[in-house]
Amino acid sequence: MPWRFLGRRLLQAVPVLAIVAVAVFLLLELAEGDAVDAYLAGTGAGDAGLAAALREEYGLTDSLPVRFLTYAVRLATLDLGHSFAFSRPVAGVIGERLPVTLLLMGSAVMLSGALGVLLGGLAAWRAGRAADLSITVAALVLNAMPGFWLGLLGLILFAVKLRWLPLGGIGTIGADLPPLAAAVDLARHLVLPVATLALTYLALYVRLMRAAMLDAAGSGWVLAARARGLPEARVLLRHMARPALLPVVTMIGLQAGGMLGGSVVIESVFAIPGLGRLAFEAVSQRDLPLLAGILLAGTVTVVAVNIIVDLLYRRLDPRVGDAAAREGGR
Amino acid sequence: MHSTSARVFGGLRALLLGAAAMGAGVAAATEAVAQEVQRGGRLTVAADTEPRNINPAMVASNGVFFVSSKVVEPLAEMDYEAGLRGVLAVGWEGSEDGRTITFRLREGVAWSDGTPFTSADVAFSAMEVWKPLQNLGRAIFADLEAVETPDDHTAVFRFTRPTPLQLIENALPAVSAVLPRHLYQGTDIAQNPLNNAPVGTGPFLFAEHRPGEYFRLTRNPGYWGEGQPYLDEIVYRVLPDAASKAAALETGDIQLTAFSAVPLTDLARLDAIDGISVIPGGYEGITYHITLEINHRRAELANPLVRRALAHAIDRNFIVDVVFMGYAAASTGPVPATAADFYTADVPAHAFDPAEAERLLDEAGYPRGADGTRFSLRLRPAPWFQMTRATGDYVRQALQQVGIAVELVTADSGAHSVAVYTDHDFDLAIGSPVWRNDPAISTTILFQGGLPAGVPFSNQYGYDDPEMNALIAAAAAELDRDRRVALYHDFQRKAATDLPIIHLVDFTFITVARDEVKGVASNPRWATSSWADTWVAR
Repeated sequence: MPWRFLGRRLLQAVPVLAIVAVAVFLLLELAEGDAVDAYLAGTGAGDAGLAAALREEYGLTDSLPVRFLTYAVRLATLDLGHSFAFSRPVAGVIGERLPVTLLLMGSAVMLSGALGVLLGGLAAWRAGRAADLSITVAALVLNAMPGFWLGLLGLILFAVKLRWLPLGGIGTIGADLPPLAAAVDLARHLVLPVATLALTYLALYVRLMRAAMLDAAGSGWVLAARARGLPEARVLLRHMARPALLPVVTMIGLQAGGMLGGSVVIESVFAIPGLGRLAFEAVSQRDLPLLAGILLAGTVTVVAVNIIVDLLYRRLDPRVGDAAAREGGR
Repeated sequence: MHSTSARVFGGLRALLLGAAAMGAGVAAATEAVAQEVQRGGRLTVAADTEPRNINPAMVASNGVFFVSSKVVEPLAEMDYEAGLRGVLAVGWEGSEDGRTITFRLREGVAWSDGTPFTSADVAFSAMEVWKPLQNLGRAIFADLEAVETPDDHTAVFRFTRPTPLQLIENALPAVSAVLPRHLYQGTDIAQNPLNNAPVGTGPFLFAEHRPGEYFRLTRNPGYWGEGQPYLDEIVYRVLPDAASKAAALETGDIQLTAFSAVPLTDLARLDAIDGISVIPGGYEGITYHITLEINHRRAELANPLVRRALAHAIDRNFIVDVVFMGYAAASTGPVPATAADFYTADVPAHAFDPAEAERLLDEAGYPRGADGTRFSLRLRPAPWFQMTRATGDYVRQALQQVGIAVELVTADSGAHSVAVYTDHDFDLAIGSPVWRNDPAISTTILFQGGLPAGVPFSNQYGYDDPEMNALIAAAAAELDRDRRVALYHDFQRKAATDLPIIHLVDFTFITVARDEVKGVASNPRWATSSWADTWVAR
């Protein structure tokens, strides 16, 4: 693995993180109410003395520049600090949820990518015929449905009516299972949320794949391959599908950025303790340390996924070498 | 199955107004007694919220009590028949001068680690936690000077000023959770890790909290209650989505939802399902109001005629029927009719009468302009409940009918709280204050003048009336029960006359439970009580 390339990628992430970090601080600052207001609103009663004592404890009485400096230094030194809303170290709070989110979103993106490539390829192959039309329409309909609604439909059908799948959560509560059975239990719990997420993303990949395949179909190299008398299957797979994967892979990389924020709704419907719900809570509780931690975790994820995407590019397209990687793979 | 009509709510009111009778809550309790109690098993309920601090001695809130009232016990709890039933206290009396209250404490009670429970624990909790740290206790115990412990089972509370015994009695269920002194003393109480894993004398032990997933409590084998508790385990499953909660009830993944966690619109459908019942009782001790908060800093709204017009312009019964689908009652003032001790119906009434509202607005000097509008206001509905937001939508329409243009301004909890209670950046707001069984706990603060800015759920509307302030002060220090009640009757009349804020409806919550869950709604604060007598039939 080229370490210079990796190092450059990480360096590129620094200004991105800095800009987002400032934006997050300012947005939370602009929002009315602070962590103490949000907390007291939830307890149903309070008084001015209690509020003042809590503000002192949280360090909210410092001036704006001082608070920003504390926040910036923390981010720079990767010291995540203490969450207001959870009264625990931020690293622990995020550490609990990151694996679940990565598993959920990773599986969903993989599944929708794979299905998208298959169905998109099929649609291109059968362009203009019934199969093409039905795939395209189905994908668009799924895309137009709100995620929570699709999730609820799946939940009512498979968990309530048919009782095939568990209703929510990430594991059977209180069941002390051996590792293999626990993995099966987790997988069963993830079927519905992963399928829901994958189906809502599906249209994107279907359309991308189909368009790229058709694009390739009109290219000189496909013409040349056909002229050479190569079998149709080989033309489809090697000469059309392979280059068509490039935009799909790009899109997977881009979607990774939305992975953390995109699942609040699905996490709520299926009661999954993921980062989306955590970020939502952090914002509504005005919990700056927690939000900063989630931000860091998100940045690391995006950078990591982009590195993987770049590496995939090199495999898919021999023309993409170091030069293209330096350009960001595009 | 229980009937789910609005009549049940009315029935409960009649029950509480007319002393002992049969009502849905009591019926549920007696039904449980009639059957043979079955021990063991797990009860899975939908979690309400996941508070950061679940120490009920510090945070007296229903979200905290829902979990921790099973672990940490108060001195006394509400009871349908006795009114108040001793828990960690077995008896109490006040002195003639109102400066001391003597509690006799239960003997043979131990903390879950085996250490005996004594009066030292009560003294420590009162002086080190309730008075300095608790959101409600800071006001109620402000005059508490010392707690003396002449022996292990007597605690004598000494107040610097005469304090009505009635007030302390009414406050006990919510403010008197007792903590183990030996585990808290010498630590930073506010940061003690036990705040997230409480230790108490209650029927259940705190087992674990998996954030975003569940809380789990297990049976306390050393509980003092004879043969109690019946359940082996209680699990609170976190289900953030309301529709998922309803689905989980259907599948049996959860057996009970409290605090109206299931949307009111789903209740009829759920009640029709075999094996699921809608239970409206068991919340009489935690009644909520929907109020219209009015900022008197607006010249128009400082005018009593305009405020009266607002009261006439809003149809309370519409809110009851449409927003609450019948599970509420039109309000006559700051004391709900279910609080028989304090309630009076003898107050100026403001019936729904848009024509009268228009007449009053004309008289106040705000005629309709060329565009039909008299003036315009900004209305902030509190985000706490779906019903507060829906009431905001209705009030906007109702006021537009009488020529007042209303702009809705919505915000999340923190932003709403600071806008209304600190910055006073509102003209009207929809609030939902809690009635806590005595007007002096969280009700008179809605009318008292001269409070500093930044006190949530208090009078931040700029209303400051000397007569009202005097009434509140007199009642807070009146030792004689009858005279105290009479003062609170005057308070209600004054509130309905001045209308500094307008109480629109009173509501309590709904429990939906599977029929195998027995001993539900067995007291007026059931969801926030110990559940020592709750069991699951198999």
